[in-house]
Amino acid sequence: MKPLVPLIFERSVPGRVGYSLPDCDVPEQDISQLLPVDQIRQTAPALPEVSEGDVIRHYLNLSLLNHSVDNGFYPLGSCTMKYNPKINENVSRLPGFARLHPLAPEKCAQGALQLVYELEQYLAEITGMDAVTLQPVAGAHGEYTGLKLIVAYHKARGDFKRKTILVPDSAHGTNPASAAMAGMNIVQVKSDAKGCVSLEDLRAKADDTVAALMLTNPNTLGLFDVNIAEIAEIVHQAGGLLYYDGANANAILGKVRPGDTGFDVVHLNLHKTFSTPHGGGGPGSGPVGVKAKLIPCLPVPRVVKKENEFSLDYDCPESIGKVHSFYGNFAVNVRAYAYIRMLGGQGLKLASEDAVLNANYLQARLKGAYHLEYDRLCMHEFVISAKHQKVKGVHTLDIAKRLLDFGVHPPTIYFPLIVDEAMMIEPTETEGKETLDYFIDAMLQIAKEAEETPEKVTNAPHTTPISRLDEVAAARNPILRWL
Amino acid sequence: MKIPQDLKYTRDHEWVKIEGNLVKVGITDFAQHELGDIVFVELPELEEEFSEGDAFAVLESVKAAADVYAPLAGVVVEINEELEDDPSLVNSDPYGNGWLAVFELAEDEEISGLMDAAEYQQFAAEEE
Amino acid sequence: MNNQYLPNTPEQRRQMLEAIGAETVEELFRYIPEKLHLNRPLNLPHPLAEASLVAHMEELAGKNNVGAVNFLGGGIYDHFSPIAIDHVLTRSEFYTAYTPYQPEVSQGTLQAIFEYQSMICQLTGADAANASLYDGATAVAEAAILAINATRNRKLLVAGSMHPWYRRVLATYMENLDVEIVEVPCVGGRLDIEAIKFLLGKDVAALMVQSPNFFGIIEDLPALGKLMAPEKGLFVVSADPISLGLLEAPAHMGADVIIGEGQGLGLSQSFGGPLLGFMGVTEKLTRKMPGRVVGQTTDTNGRRGYVLTLQTREQHIRREKATSNICSNQALCALAASVYMSLMGPEGLREVARQSLLKAAFAREQLAAIPGVGLPFAGPFFKEFVVTLPKPANVVIEAMLGKGYHAGIDLGRFFPELRDHLLVAVTEKRSKDEILGCSAALREVLAK
Repeated sequence: MKPLVPLIFERSVPGRVGYSLPDCDVPEQDISQLLPVDQIRQTAPALPEVSEGDVIRHYLNLSLLNHSVDNGFYPLGSCTMKYNPKINENVSRLPGFARLHPLAPEKCAQGALQLVYELEQYLAEITGMDAVTLQPVAGAHGEYTGLKLIVAYHKARGDFKRKTILVPDSAHGTNPASAAMAGMNIVQVKSDAKGCVSLEDLRAKADDTVAALMLTNPNTLGLFDVNIAEIAEIVHQAGGLLYYDGANANAILGKVRPGDTGFDVVHLNLHKTFSTPHGGGGPGSGPVGVKAKLIPCLPVPRVVKKENEFSLDYDCPESIGKVHSFYGNFAVNVRAYAYIRMLGGQGLKLASEDAVLNANYLQARLKGAYHLEYDRLCMHEFVISAKHQKVKGVHTLDIAKRLLDFGVHPPTIYFPLIVDEAMMIEPTETEGKETLDYFIDAMLQIAKEAEETPEKVTNAPHTTPISRLDEVAAARNPILRWL
Repeated sequence: MKIPQDLKYTRDHEWVKIEGNLVKVGITDFAQHELGDIVFVELPELEEEFSEGDAFAVLESVKAAADVYAPLAGVVVEINEELEDDPSLVNSDPYGNGWLAVFELAEDEEISGLMDAAEYQQFAAEEE
Repeated sequence: MNNQYLPNTPEQRRQMLEAIGAETVEELFRYIPEKLHLNRPLNLPHPLAEASLVAHMEELAGKNNVGAVNFLGGGIYDHFSPIAIDHVLTRSEFYTAYTPYQPEVSQGTLQAIFEYQSMICQLTGADAANASLYDGATAVAEAAILAINATRNRKLLVAGSMHPWYRRVLATYMENLDVEIVEVPCVGGRLDIEAIKFLLGKDVAALMVQSPNFFGIIEDLPALGKLMAPEKGLFVVSADPISLGLLEAPAHMGADVIIGEGQGLGLSQSFGGPLLGFMGVTEKLTRKMPGRVVGQTTDTNGRRGYVLTLQTREQHIRREKATSNICSNQALCALAASVYMSLMGPEGLREVARQSLLKAAFAREQLAAIPGVGLPFAGPFFKEFVVTLPKPANVVIEAMLGKGYHAGIDLGRFFPELRDHLLVAVTEKRSKDEILGCSAALREVLAK
């Protein structure tokens, strides 16, 4: 069977080129006079030999195989696949930003430094923290940076026994992975019957070895933890800090601030909450905000302002050091800055309100046909289960694949782990009611099919460019490159 | 579900075959079924030493990774290198060609707490 | 103010509230304890309409000086980025998609990553490459973790000629992990091979070097590779991908892990981000590699397709036992690099490397002819070199800026003892006239 789109290598025709370069206008020299002879490349890399037109056609045809926010509904839970404003793309490409070298003298970078400085202030205000660093480039990178800050904070106090990071059993897998990278031990805290942190279990585990509790609030079930004040008190009394995983911050803008609910460190995902595009998996940006007592530990350099002059400050003896080659994903931060300036405080609040409204509407309309483990008002997302459908041999994976036939990207599936056959649905605020109704109708039709013609669901998808792929074969005999 | 009579079993769904001070270890039919298609087996190195309960191997399916625990303390003297090329042997022949490793028992090691086939049958039935 | 991103009308909101059984939107937030509500507007600037926002952003961008002729390097380079790249990057099917979790509707991203992995293998000689990491600095840290896991040793020999900020990031990552970092000294800007012989032993997890190094000098990789071959420790090389158009693939000189910063492959400078960390490894390290990996397989009809694979290495399955916490890649940056490498092909990449080399050699000759300018290092270099100045580098840089040149980087920013050293980078984009103009300007500046 013919491949959907041949590999770019398969389009290669020896001798064809896709570039033009000016003639070399400096004196020619034999490269063997300049380079170590034993390091001169003997065999050229087998890169494709194609024309510019070949390249454009290839990648355009590839792009058509993708589902994206701009193609259709993308209710992927915990990923906040909201619309990516087009102005963001334009302003991030302004030559004054795009052509700025990170090691240009500071006086040549005043506009960029001002933007970084102001965005840090905005994010501090939004989260209720005292300072923010924009250096982490992804959510996981932010988590890692935040945990390093916590470790450094305890050490600076002379408290060396705090080696434990508490994570709820509903947490994202990155939480324990980041904690392990920061050299910490992980202890899991159970959820209670309402899907919130079990206070009893937390009390039992909050001892004097605890460095921090990492919490996503609203949690991965889309539920705001009503006991947050008690949780903060328990952790703080044990001498630990409270870490806010901002994966779900899209629910709370202008409504409640992590800094006001006891959190000491927070990370945000600008590619979720602040509309910067996901880019097919990156680049993102994962700023970290802290309370005043952790400011000395922030990564270097810090952007500082003195009499309307901005500069980079490296003189921070208690800093955890550097976490990125330069200053983070600047061009992504430009997009988030533009988004905040466009919406303002009221606009951000309205965005969160609509995100929560949309999620509750979907939950209310779907909870008859699908099992809802925690039946209460949700925040910006919720988790349903294919428990009813499982009886007919239809699993969450099948429902996800069947949704593809409706031109809808499936929800996050099989997560959180504490719900059997989970589907985590996050519509975001940028979808209108008609889109939500279309999705509801699709989900209800699939529920009906699961009853009446389950094979229609279990054999899905039927209309995608490619059908289900053999992941077992891919993992058993990995083919990771052409040739 | 196959449960051979001549083997002993652990509560982690492993089987052991004891021959003198040598112990061959693998996972049970129940365990391979639960894990699904095994795509990769990470085996210990020869002469590596383990205490009882240490993870000595990892079995990977597409979406999960399961540690395999040493049923007793000992030194690895043989590993099933065939699994490197064909991890599916753990699925197709868990008690035969899908074995994982052979341990030499530590000198004063006593084997206890293992189940016989009948006991394991009941144990596995309760887990299901 | 209107909000052009929110489609729901007041009437639709009312209908939805009715279906939920709530009177007001506020009710939906009732699980947030009353006393925690933020009962005031966020203190943020007043919203701007699109036209005003464009003007504001242009004003900010205008405060940056990007007009000077650019001889800056130190990890970020002003290489030419073919126009076609941005036309691919602005396809919103690519940039508004997420990680390809559903392969049936993500073949575009998946195949593009597979092709990217293949190209990185071609450049570096690696057997396998991942879908990319954050940047060149975190790639060093990830490679160190890989080496520690693969060898079970906890000592790293790290080149003193590696980018000092990469080493700072490495130090951040290794702190608290009970790892010993030993800095390998340099002689004349190049690694001291005798010192490495002395430091090598059974307890080494990796020798980590950068070539061309921070000073632009090409390290003696064949010699280092031979030294490492009999050792258990891994040979980790951070390479400039552009240089690989002319220089031997590091894997062919004994490197087990090849990493680097891919910004030169068509990415804009953007004040240092987003960047592209690449990583390639030898066959036996494939399952220890961090990050996303795409593999080829077939669908139920036997049609070729691509999926994320070897996922059991990753955090969402292995949690604290994962090879890394990374759960994304710089997909769009990897896409830019793929388009770049496709457009350039083997010949174009070689020509970019060759012109960079020749122009750097020419510039070095021109600058060295100026009275008071010295050449501290004699080793072979690629597109970047160091000169010494009779005045502090920051003073010279300032004066050169007045004449329209970003003359280079003040090494005093990284090494206090090198305040009179200037690091100069020359790409294929610099013309002979620009180089001559720069050297004439420097002559004037130093004559004063």
